[in-house]
Amino acid sequence: MSAALVIDIILWGSVLGVGLIAWQRGPKVMTSSLREGIWDFINIVPRIALGVLGSGYIAAVIPQEVITGWLGPDSGWLGVATAVVAGGATPGGPVIGFSIGAVALKAGGGAPQVLAYVVAWALFAFQRLLLWEIPFMPAKFVWFRAVVSIPLPFLAAAAAMAIGKP
Amino acid sequence: MDRPSAPARKALSDLPLKDPAALPEDTEPAPRKKRKPIGWSMITIVVLVAVSATLVWRRDGMAGVLDILTHDLALFGGILPRVLAGCLLGAFIAEILPHDKVSRSLGPNSGLKGLLIGAAFGAILPGGPFTAYPVASALLAVGADFGATISMVVSWTLIGYGRAVAWELPIMGTDFTLWRIVLCLPLPVIAGAFGRFVYVRMYSAKDEVE
Repeated sequence: MSAALVIDIILWGSVLGVGLIAWQRGPKVMTSSLREGIWDFINIVPRIALGVLGSGYIAAVIPQEVITGWLGPDSGWLGVATAVVAGGATPGGPVIGFSIGAVALKAGGGAPQVLAYVVAWALFAFQRLLLWEIPFMPAKFVWFRAVVSIPLPFLAAAAAMAIGKP
Repeated sequence: MDRPSAPARKALSDLPLKDPAALPEDTEPAPRKKRKPIGWSMITIVVLVAVSATLVWRRDGMAGVLDILTHDLALFGGILPRVLAGCLLGAFIAEILPHDKVSRSLGPNSGLKGLLIGAAFGAILPGGPFTAYPVASALLAVGADFGATISMVVSWTLIGYGRAVAWELPIMGTDFTLWRIVLCLPLPVIAGAFGRFVYVRMYSAKDEVE
């Protein structure tokens, strides 16, 4: 069974579960939330379409080699800061992000720097921000969340340096 | 971290008790999320996409542009059902969660406990971005504050098992992934606390006027 199928089963199972709870509260609760959800979907589709179709072009103009180049074996805090910028600028999905991290580790990148890269990529990768977070969440929240998260990759790198792991 | 104020401590100690104010929840109309107008974020994206597409067209010609378009159209078709599921999940959760309880346990006065609940929720949430963001948006709509919602989103991003198991373990290796997660464990709560600290100082004066 593929991972995608498992995700879909868990996902629709959860929808069914909360739908059932709504239905127990009364058919009116059920139909009104159903309508609300479908309206959200209709509203979100053009934004997702723009994000998905657009991010392919954005990724095509930021080649992967550029990012890998930024993650050289430059140690110290400058290396961490570069890694954070590189994480945010990495185009594409999880395969690309983690692959770049793995390549940097093998090429002699310091573990705290690679850690900062992976954390920054998870927090700030512009493609996920544009494609998923902005369409679904209030824009004010998204920017606020991103700014507040800026210290996190540095904290993670500092913790890694302190304990000498991974 | 900001010290919880007197009402915050009170709300914390109230939490496990049955509150009579929680009873009339059925009579209270559910607050509706406002649908988003086309804002600056969307305009920025449109401009970014247009510029990138033009660059691709100048470099690779029309074939390059169409190549990316067909690939991304297939991707888009594949994720649409999941987006629908995410939207339905968010809508149902917004409807069935008792709003007063959510605002008490995840609201601005929920203290460290609210941030921990948010972080725990983010860590166990199944699915990908198509569930995390609609559900986070639903939580905001039913009374969670920015701090708890930040904890939830950051926790989903950094601690959530979905991406770690599917992508990080096989690509980065077990040792790196596990240490990465251990080192990230405190971060969602730190981010939420910092967010709440900044938010209160940025917006509280405005809220008090309202």
